[in-house]
Amino acid sequence: MKAQADEFDIFSTMGDLAGKVEEGQGFDILEMYKTALTIRLFEEKVDWLFARGKLGGTTHLCIGQEAVAVGVMEALRPDDYIVSTHRGHGHLIARGAEITKIFSELLGKREGYCKGRGGTQHLSVMPLNFLGTNGITGGGLPIATGAGLSIKLSGEDRVAVCFFGEGASNQGTFHESLNMASAWDLPVVYVCENNMYAMSTRFTKVSRFDDVALRAAAFGIPSVIVDGMDVVKVAENARTMVHKVREGTGPVLIEAKTYRFCGHSKSDARVYRSREQESEWKDKDPLVKMEATLLEKISHGELEHVRRSVKSMIEDSYTEAERGADPDIKDAMEGVYAEREALIS
Amino acid sequence: MQKGKLSYRKAIYNALDHVMERDEKVVFMGEDITEYGGAFGVSSDLCRKHPGRVIATPISEGGFTGAAVGLSMTGYRVIIEIMFMDFITLAADQIINHAANVHYMYGGQVKCPLVIRTPAGGYRGYGPSHSKSMENFFMSVPGLKIVAPSTALDAYGCLVSAVYDNNPVLFVEHKLLYNIEEDAYPKRLEAIPLGKARVARAGADVTVVSHSYGVQLSMEAAKELEKEGVDVELIDIRTLKPLDMAAIEASVKKTGRLVYVEEGDTFGGIGSEVVSGIVERCLPYLDGRVLRVGKPEVPIPASMVAERFILPDTGRIKEAVKKSLSWK
Repeated sequence: MKAQADEFDIFSTMGDLAGKVEEGQGFDILEMYKTALTIRLFEEKVDWLFARGKLGGTTHLCIGQEAVAVGVMEALRPDDYIVSTHRGHGHLIARGAEITKIFSELLGKREGYCKGRGGTQHLSVMPLNFLGTNGITGGGLPIATGAGLSIKLSGEDRVAVCFFGEGASNQGTFHESLNMASAWDLPVVYVCENNMYAMSTRFTKVSRFDDVALRAAAFGIPSVIVDGMDVVKVAENARTMVHKVREGTGPVLIEAKTYRFCGHSKSDARVYRSREQESEWKDKDPLVKMEATLLEKISHGELEHVRRSVKSMIEDSYTEAERGADPDIKDAMEGVYAEREALIS
Repeated sequence: MQKGKLSYRKAIYNALDHVMERDEKVVFMGEDITEYGGAFGVSSDLCRKHPGRVIATPISEGGFTGAAVGLSMTGYRVIIEIMFMDFITLAADQIINHAANVHYMYGGQVKCPLVIRTPAGGYRGYGPSHSKSMENFFMSVPGLKIVAPSTALDAYGCLVSAVYDNNPVLFVEHKLLYNIEEDAYPKRLEAIPLGKARVARAGADVTVVSHSYGVQLSMEAAKELEKEGVDVELIDIRTLKPLDMAAIEASVKKTGRLVYVEEGDTFGGIGSEVVSGIVERCLPYLDGRVLRVGKPEVPIPASMVAERFILPDTGRIKEAVKKSLSWK
C-alpha cells in the first residue's frame, strides 16, 4: 500500500518545501560530480579487490546511492557531526576523508584511520566529526541522537546527521531515538537511505507502507521524501532541512529513495529482485544525470579528463595504501582501554 | 563537615553531586531521576542542584544508553542509571558493541567516559526480572570495567574514579546496601583507584573473596566463624574488572584456602574466574578444597521463602569455609 503524503498533516506541511528552495542555486555540479565519481570508482575498486581475495571480511557497496551522500554533505559545515552505517564508504568520501587512509583501513593496515582495527564497518574520522560507520543495523541512531543532545547542552548551532537504511527503521533504536530527539528538540537530521531492500527483505514485506517518512509523523518530526538519484534535489532539500534544524526547531527526517546497484554484500546473488527492476533503476543512475547536466557546460573531452584524473587518483591511493605496514602484535593488543584522568577527590 | 552517619545511598549521591559540581561536562541520565528522585532515592534533589544536566529519559534503555554513548564520544562524561540491573539486557548492544569498543576499534581516536550505574540483587521478593546479579554476564567484554563496592566509602571513592575513568564502567549497586552506614561520617571522602582490592578483615585460616552485598554476608559469617575458632581473611575485590589477582594470590599463599562468595550464578561466575586464576598461579600453596558459594542455575523466584533457598546466606558461607579447611 502506498500512503499519500497529504493524508498526514505533519507530513504535508513539508510538502511545499521544494517551493521554498531556489532550484540548483549555488551548487557546484562539477565538484559534486567529482565526489560522486570518486565514490563510484572507489567502490568499483573495492569490489575488484574483494573478487580477488585481497580484502578480508565483507563489504557493502553504495554504488547507485552516491547522490544521497554527496547531496547531504553539501549542506553541512565542518563542525557538524555525522553517524554512518555499514554502507558508509560514500559518506566518508563525501565528507572529505582521504582515499588512501580509507583503503589502508580496509586493508587492515597500520596507517588506516583506525589502525586497521575497525575496517569497513567501524570506521571513524574524528577530525572530520565523523563518528563512525556502524556494523549494527540501527546502532548509530541513538549515538547520533546523543551527539544531538551534546550540541543542545553545549548551546551550539551545529547539527548531527544520522544516516540509516529503511531496514534500520524496524529496529527499536529508530523509534526510541526519534522519540527522544523530538521530545527534547534535538538538532538531528535523520537521513533514511531507502534502497528498498534490507539485505534480501523488501521493505514492503515487513512494513505496512513504502515510506519511512510516514513514521516521522508519529513523533511530530517534519519529514520530506526526495529523489535520492538526483544530487541537486537531495542537496536542495538537505540544505533547507539542515537550515531549519540549525535554527533550533528540533529534528527532521529526510527520506531519499534510492537503489543499490550491487548486492547487499560481497556474496549476494540478488535472487530477491528482478533484473528488470535493476535495469529500471540503473536508468536513473545519478552519475549519468550529473554528466548530462555537466555536458551542457563542458565538453566530452573535459569530462573524460575528469574521469581519467579521478581514476588515476584512486589507483595511486590504493597503491600507496597497499605499501603500508601491517600491524604487529603490539598494535593488535594495545588500546583496549583509554588512559584515565588524574585521580581527583 | 557533615554530622551523623554516611549511608551507601548518600555516598553515591555525594559522589554524583561532587562530580557535577566540579565539572560542567558531567551529565546524569535515567528514568525517574528528576523530581521523583530515582527509583531507589539515590538522585534525590540533584536535578534542582544541577538544572539541565540531570535528564529524565523515556523508558528506552537501549535508546538512552546509545544517546549516552554519543554524548560521551562528543566531550561529555555521562552517568546513566539503569533502574534494575535486569533491564540492562535492553541496553546490551550499546554497551557491548559500542561503548566498550569505540576506543579500540576507532584506533584510539575517541573515548567513551560512561558510567552505567545499576541496582542489582535479590532477597526482596521481586521475582525473576527484578532481582538478578548480572556482573558475570559482562566479564568477557573487552574495554568495559566493572565495579561493585560493598561499603559507603568505597561507593563514593569508586564512583568518583569511575566518572573520571575514560572508559565505560559498569557500576553495580546492591539494593540491600543502600541503607548500610559507615559508623562515623568520614572527615574526607576520597577517590579510590579502580582495580584495587581491599582486605576487609585480616585472618590466617581461610581466604574468602567476594564483592558487593556478598562482602556483608561474608563478614557476618566470618564473625560467627571466629567464635568457632576459624580465622577468615576477607577480601573485598571492589573492582571486578580489572581484577586484582595479586591481592587474592597474596592472601591465598598465606592461608592456603579459598572460598568465593557471590550472589550471581556459580556456573560461569566471578568465582569461576578467581578460582581458575588461583589454580594457575598458586596450586602448590593450596591446603584444602577450593569452593564457590553462589546461585544455582535457576531463575530467582518471587516467593521470599523460595528465594532464600536459592541465594547465598551466612549458613552456606560458613559451611563452605569449614569444608575448605581440609581436602575431604
